[in-house]
Amino acid sequence: MSQSYDRGTIEDFGRWKEFSAGMWAWIFHKFSGWVLIGYLFTHIAVLSTATQSGTMYTQTIRGLESLAIVRVLEVGLLAVAVFHILNGVRLLFVDLGVGLEAQDKSFYASLVVSAAIVIASVPTFLAGAF
Amino acid sequence: MSTEIKEKETETETEAETEPAESSHKTRRMEQKRQRAAQRDLEEEAREEVDEAEETVEIKVFRFDPEVAGKEEPRFDTFHVPFFKGMTVLDALIYARDHYDSSLTFRHSCRQAICGSDALFVNGTQCLGCKTQIADLEDHLDSTIRIEPLPHQEVVKDLVVDMEHFYDQMEAVEPFFDADELPDGELEEQRQDRENREKIKMSTRCIWCGACMSSCNIAAGDNEYLGPAAINKAYRFAMDEREGEDRKQQRLNIIEQEHGVWRCQTQFSCTEVCPKDIPLTDHIQELKREAVKNNLKFW
Repeated sequence: MSQSYDRGTIEDFGRWKEFSAGMWAWIFHKFSGWVLIGYLFTHIAVLSTATQSGTMYTQTIRGLESLAIVRVLEVGLLAVAVFHILNGVRLLFVDLGVGLEAQDKSFYASLVVSAAIVIASVPTFLAGAF
Repeated sequence: MSTEIKEKETETETEAETEPAESSHKTRRMEQKRQRAAQRDLEEEAREEVDEAEETVEIKVFRFDPEVAGKEEPRFDTFHVPFFKGMTVLDALIYARDHYDSSLTFRHSCRQAICGSDALFVNGTQCLGCKTQIADLEDHLDSTIRIEPLPHQEVVKDLVVDMEHFYDQMEAVEPFFDADELPDGELEEQRQDRENREKIKMSTRCIWCGACMSSCNIAAGDNEYLGPAAINKAYRFAMDEREGEDRKQQRLNIIEQEHGVWRCQTQFSCTEVCPKDIPLTDHIQELKREAVKNNLKFW
């Protein structure tokens, strides 16, 4: 299926407006998955400061938490993780062949639920950050 | 109109037979002239019809012809077509071809969504031209309808794509009924019970139009991937109870390979675009489970 010439935006993300629910679910799932992998590496880096000394670890955590950007990123991390979990459950059902005709609705539901959880978490994460 | 041309054609044939050398040029010239005149008439007619019509639609059609100089560069042509109730995308294309540009090329045959030859990319979605009502397209009267050939397939000309790869994938799953266990008596029937028929019912409806394959992101990136249509075909026969265990095993061996069912990432694009409403993802997922059951043995 090689292209004999460049057909422009047919093949690429330029058509994102035409994507359907299942496609968006796939894109968000991939994206959140990669973000979580990236986070795991930084997480290990932070945790490994505890191998030097307890105070070193405490200092690192305090230093990080004093940055406003880190507080905001934590909200983002929660958003990504919650969506990945909920959509993962949705994919489990898809794999089991349960409710495939409602797959778009379950995607919207996972979006709404993760949005609700993230908004509810904002006061906790951002308290005293600004 | 058509009968008139036919009459003249037979006339010129007899003429050419009597004095072949000289008049063939003449008749050809005459023929071309007549065709041009007919073309002008049709365009005139179309213009009048467009003026008279209460509603018109504007279609923007992808054009490409590698064999004609000046047309190798892909471009879009816009045609104004009078709208009538019940008009499909294919009707609009046929009107444009018959009245404006007879070189506009697209496949079509039965016009009732069963031959599967006119899968097109309309306003960014794969669909059958003959099954897609223009009235169903979003703001069809205000904006242009964009008609393109199927993505992820090589364009031969205008809206015609090369389906060879799709057919290869379809044939790879051996899409034919092949009963290995025949009933004993010579005149005995091969029976299928109602539940089984109901189970495979939707999967039998595939018309090989290739819309699903074209919509599939994975198939676009992986040429070896069987694609939704082929896997659906495999499902249709693997789930058919009239085929025996051995044959089902062979079918599972085909689809459970690396580029078989496991490439599917449940984006639901194929299910979304299938003009026959086949739950393709459903069938692929079921074959995945079959494949797992086939290989995982805990006892």
